[in-house]
Amino acid sequence: MPETITFEEVIAEENLVYKKSDVLTDDIMHYCPGCGHGTVHRIIAEVIEEMDIQAETIGIAPVGCAVFMYNYLDLDIQEAAHGRAPALATAVKRLLPEKYVFTYQGDGDLAAIGTAETIHCCNRGENIVMIFINNGIYGMTGGQMAPTTIEGMPTTTCPFGRDVTQYGSPLKITEMIATLPGTCYVTRQAVHTAKHVRLTKKAIRKAFEYSQMKKGTSFIEVVSSCNAGWKMTPVVANQWMADNMFPIYPPGDLKVPGKQ
Amino acid sequence: MMEEYKLMKGNEALAEAAIRAGADGYFGYPITPQTEVIEYLMREKPEERTGMVVLQAESELAAINMLYGGAGAGKKVMTSSSSPGISLMQEGISYMAGAELPCVIVNVVRGGPGLGTIGPAQSDYFQTTKGGGHGDYRLITLAPSSVQEMSDFVEMAFDLAFKYRNPAMILTDGAIAQMMEKVKFREQRKRSTEAPEWATTGKPPDRERNIITSLFLDSVVQENRNIKIQKKYREVEDNEVLFELINGDDAEYLFVAYGTSARVCQKSVEIAREKGIRVGLLRPITLWPFPTKILNELADQVKGMLSVEMSAGQMVEDVKLAVEGKIPVMHYGRMGGIVPTPEELFEVLEERIIRDYSYA
Repeated sequence: MPETITFEEVIAEENLVYKKSDVLTDDIMHYCPGCGHGTVHRIIAEVIEEMDIQAETIGIAPVGCAVFMYNYLDLDIQEAAHGRAPALATAVKRLLPEKYVFTYQGDGDLAAIGTAETIHCCNRGENIVMIFINNGIYGMTGGQMAPTTIEGMPTTTCPFGRDVTQYGSPLKITEMIATLPGTCYVTRQAVHTAKHVRLTKKAIRKAFEYSQMKKGTSFIEVVSSCNAGWKMTPVVANQWMADNMFPIYPPGDLKVPGKQ
Repeated sequence: MMEEYKLMKGNEALAEAAIRAGADGYFGYPITPQTEVIEYLMREKPEERTGMVVLQAESELAAINMLYGGAGAGKKVMTSSSSPGISLMQEGISYMAGAELPCVIVNVVRGGPGLGTIGPAQSDYFQTTKGGGHGDYRLITLAPSSVQEMSDFVEMAFDLAFKYRNPAMILTDGAIAQMMEKVKFREQRKRSTEAPEWATTGKPPDRERNIITSLFLDSVVQENRNIKIQKKYREVEDNEVLFELINGDDAEYLFVAYGTSARVCQKSVEIAREKGIRVGLLRPITLWPFPTKILNELADQVKGMLSVEMSAGQMVEDVKLAVEGKIPVMHYGRMGGIVPTPEELFEVLEERIIRDYSYA
């Protein structure tokens, strides 16, 4: 017969193996089970807590599923209009140069409506962190085609799959950004396995550190699944992402300071 | 002590006044006829004078959103543009009004619609005072009619914007922006070192996090938010109306005009007075809040009003609403960058108001 322990023993201090970061609030996240947003939020909170920079950090939230980022991260946060987060962040960082400033945006926000703000913010080398969640779809509005939707992938606005002869090819904006002298650190990560979560956390930590070295913009793409928008179970969505999105959006560093 | 006057363009006066007002940042994009604002600022190196940040944005869209970011951080931020550029900013202006963020926006109006002309116009009155962007919001709007006022109104606009946590606009035109006049500047104000309590500057352990947003999905919460904002607007209407009344005491007829049109009307008043016709001029200085009360009172005194604008007739609607049908109100305007002459305005007053309504 296996040994049993009581609830009190489970929550006892000496048995504590994990606790949520204090930089996360107690609000219940509205994200769908299986979505990457919650994981990336947690990583940001942990990095900020470990670096002890909660009082020095200002976040800029996007329009899209992460519009309510300010409900979950216990930080001073500004909610931007769709696509404009890098413009807000530019001004905040220039006017408060000693602070840490980050944007958090999805693919429609960063790579469609906000393309100009994204490119020019990176080209000016604003000393901020940009976190880019790429799930190849508009999640909040219910699964429409995004600039990063891969060829053949069906969405509600390309129900027969993305036809690249009509709608263009998936936009590899991270590769474009890596060519800009203004960027310091450009990397692509994922959060669908424990290993990838650890790598993403390392990348986000590095990005926050680099942003204070005044070497330019740090840009982290996180390839993520949107199982609700993709109409798949979380497990199938993660496998589909690794099989179909990674060939187009391979995880790894695109630009690392000192290694050109 | 000798008072220091400078001979300057309206655009340059705006720029110098921004530095002197202790502005923290200016974000803008070139467009005729207001580009001298950013050119002056770049030349003047305000980062060395006061620490003020000046940045050329990639578009007016980016510029207004830089204002949102800067204002959200509690800073005094300003932009300037001209009509087509201001149209591009409308989204951001609505968001700033919704998030209750203070800033100063200057519109050096040029003739429209569309790309229009680079000549002076007053055809953005509706856009400025009635919305422009989406949703129920108002812009505190100051209308200078001289280079001196271009300078004075910058500090005033910042003070009003911060007092009410709302964007303030200086609505001027290509004529006042481009002409040179003498101007006396105020003393250099120190840039503020303290952030307002609502600003996002990083959350210390001893306060709740600050959130700058205009998003309230719950309809009841959103309506309450709107009620609060509207209450603030009623306060602005009660407390901040500014106007200038010229030759009003004995006036039988009244011009109503702001900005460049008011300057021309002032000459027309002189022409009329030389002919023994008692004409006055009401010059709204705040276009919102509009000087409704004084116009309603004057409607009990004068026989008719001629609203003069360099537009097809926009402010005239507010004049008519103010006088509540007590007397005839007519509009006269030129468009496409044309400034009317004093003689032209006097003739129109004589033909359309004095002759037609002399029975009144």
